[in-house]
Amino acid sequence: MGWQGKILRVNLSEGTSAIEPLNMDWAQKYLGERGLATRYLWEMMDPKADPMGPDNVLIFATGPLTGTMASTSGRYAVVTKGPLTGAIACSNSGGKFGAELKFAGYDLLIVEGRSPAPVYLHIVDDEVQILPADDIWGTTVWHTEEWLKAHHQNPLLKVASVGVAGERGVLYACIVNDLHRAAGRSGVGAVMGSKNLKAVACHGTVGVRVKDPNRFMAAVSKGKKLLEENDGRKELTELGTNAMIDAMQEFGGLPTRNFQEVQFEGVDKINPTAMWEVKPGGHRNMVTNKACFGCTIACGRIAHIDKDHFTIVNRPEYRHASGGLEYETAYAFGPVVGVDDIDALTFASYLMNEHGMDPISFGVTLAAAMELFEMGVLTIEDTDGVPLNFGNAEALTVMSEKTGKYEGFGQVLGLGSKRMCEKYGHPELFMGVKGQEFAGYDSRALQGMGLGYATSNRGACHLKHDTFAEDMEDQTGKGKAKPCKESQDSTAALDSTGICLFTAGAWGSDVLVEQVDAACEGEWTVERFLETGERVWNLERQFNMAAGLTAADDSLPKRLLEDPAPSGTAKGKVNQLDIMLPEYYELRGWSKDGVPTKETLDRLGLEGTHNV
Amino acid sequence: MQKSLLIDPVKCTSCLQCEMACSFEHEGSFNPAKSRIKIFEFEHGARAIPYTCTQCAEAWCQQACPVEALSRNAETGAVEVNDSVCVGCKVCTIACPFGTINYNTDTGKVIKCDLCGGDPQCAAACPTGAIVYVDADWTGYQRMQDSAVAAHGGQG
Repeated sequence: MGWQGKILRVNLSEGTSAIEPLNMDWAQKYLGERGLATRYLWEMMDPKADPMGPDNVLIFATGPLTGTMASTSGRYAVVTKGPLTGAIACSNSGGKFGAELKFAGYDLLIVEGRSPAPVYLHIVDDEVQILPADDIWGTTVWHTEEWLKAHHQNPLLKVASVGVAGERGVLYACIVNDLHRAAGRSGVGAVMGSKNLKAVACHGTVGVRVKDPNRFMAAVSKGKKLLEENDGRKELTELGTNAMIDAMQEFGGLPTRNFQEVQFEGVDKINPTAMWEVKPGGHRNMVTNKACFGCTIACGRIAHIDKDHFTIVNRPEYRHASGGLEYETAYAFGPVVGVDDIDALTFASYLMNEHGMDPISFGVTLAAAMELFEMGVLTIEDTDGVPLNFGNAEALTVMSEKTGKYEGFGQVLGLGSKRMCEKYGHPELFMGVKGQEFAGYDSRALQGMGLGYATSNRGACHLKHDTFAEDMEDQTGKGKAKPCKESQDSTAALDSTGICLFTAGAWGSDVLVEQVDAACEGEWTVERFLETGERVWNLERQFNMAAGLTAADDSLPKRLLEDPAPSGTAKGKVNQLDIMLPEYYELRGWSKDGVPTKETLDRLGLEGTHNV
Repeated sequence: MQKSLLIDPVKCTSCLQCEMACSFEHEGSFNPAKSRIKIFEFEHGARAIPYTCTQCAEAWCQQACPVEALSRNAETGAVEVNDSVCVGCKVCTIACPFGTINYNTDTGKVIKCDLCGGDPQCAAACPTGAIVYVDADWTGYQRMQDSAVAAHGGQG
């Protein structure tokens, strides 16, 4: 219960599919979603395998609470080896696709091999078809979803697909579901494209049952009430995640012009106030807010672009509303590239969804290209005649589209910042960790964020730990390792349930565990739940060690370690990773070289993993 | 006092809590595919519209049924399906102009909204007030009041 007890395995090389029982021992040790998929990935592939080759394994994983009435229960994770990082990738998405996969009867969909020709999966309960994708290969995510629903005469199909970016190997291509939700980071879409898998179209009618329905509904109601009353939740509903942009501006932690600065003069033009403002011509960016499956927060933004704006004035096909600015898109198309044109930002956001790309990685890669351009390393001949100056809104939208369609300089941008900066002889301009670009928080102002970035198993990421409270209180490296480690573990556990991270502020692990325990077999306590998270974290780490990563990969760019923040509350400060990292390794029970010790692995029940 | 479901699409975020609540009440599982209320999304999610049976006073479904499997619950006003009588002929699904009564292949019977016997779970689960359960004679009361306030310059 909670779990469906079934997995769907598809081998694209063989053109076969099989429904198998879920390994319930693993479900008890890893819960679901992120954790359970990590266990299967560990079992099924050599971590040294080429992420873009047929030996990589692509797992779509729901959690035991996915598709239940627990608030925010629409989450699923895509777990694979990431081509951007060479590390384990774990990208989490909402929308409605994940719940639909669960309703079709599956905890996990595991995709192996590589199809000789483009295909898509059509899943209706236990009817599974691998069908030719000739009609949709080379087309956008939006077209693909529309075509699949029409072709199968089934408007109830939920679709996860890749655009041309994923097909052609843009290294931060994502998997988009329900038009504008995405398993966004680390290039999971490039892996899907490398397998010649265009889309997964799914409809389920089986439903989800829980162990103790009465106790579950009581726990769910308690959780929903706590969310309803929570101030952080109210802010997410009303302002969306972009509420953060004003806070980061004031704090001086808003990465600007490829992290050369930490505050952006154009914030007032792209913040939530600007999104809601009615302009003199009568246009307002915001249309409404929108929820993912089961979510009582509804932080999603639906926006539209001024029809007279240069981006769409001659393109009526973009006059409809669609997914609008979240904080990370606002940051990645705003401050970090120096652009303050809200319609241009919104259009770039449309293009990311339509073509299937991670806006964070794209924006930060473009930012590095802009710095290279302003240094004179890149010239206008390199950039298809587009001047890549910071602040150029047209450069943002034109390059978004070129990258999405894999054309011209977009092919270079599609390498990601690390490879692009190396190509042009300036590796120091790459702003990220393990090949993955930073999210919108400068770790000179937010010290613990720096440690979280450096140690995140999927490369730089703001979603795998939470040290905000500690970071706002004190801007040194002291006292950050413990909350970083503990929140990494609790987040890894939460990410294994099917629930959204945005419940964490209102719930705490105890409220979530009540719901897990009522839904799932096994006695689930907070202690066991957190240990599960620690187990997941260490297994991810072991995957990365086996893939060849070392402590040297737990680092930050020199710019954050040596160049002081030029303004804001952290003026004059650099990140103190050298203080935090040894303390962190010790708390983790890892060696000084960042390798999990045998003792730690044994304690967590990971005995089989230490000979790597 | 008889009550009716009142739906305000503007408030709907398409979270589907209503569809899960409906299926849980009627099927014991979370299963939107078996929900009697459905959310329809338009324009990339810019609009979401909940839709279910309005419990017609002269119900097409009831009049079309050849075996009198459909009857009105005098207390709630809902037209309910008697599963032990329904033969699954589906004529009611043809008769209903709104599509809100549907055949369920699992049971061989039709399913429709029965207002959960007077405590509709969709309304209870809706986090935004897009679905509420109000006095059947005054479903327009709130809108009338809002209009009155608007007509008087917003002086509530």
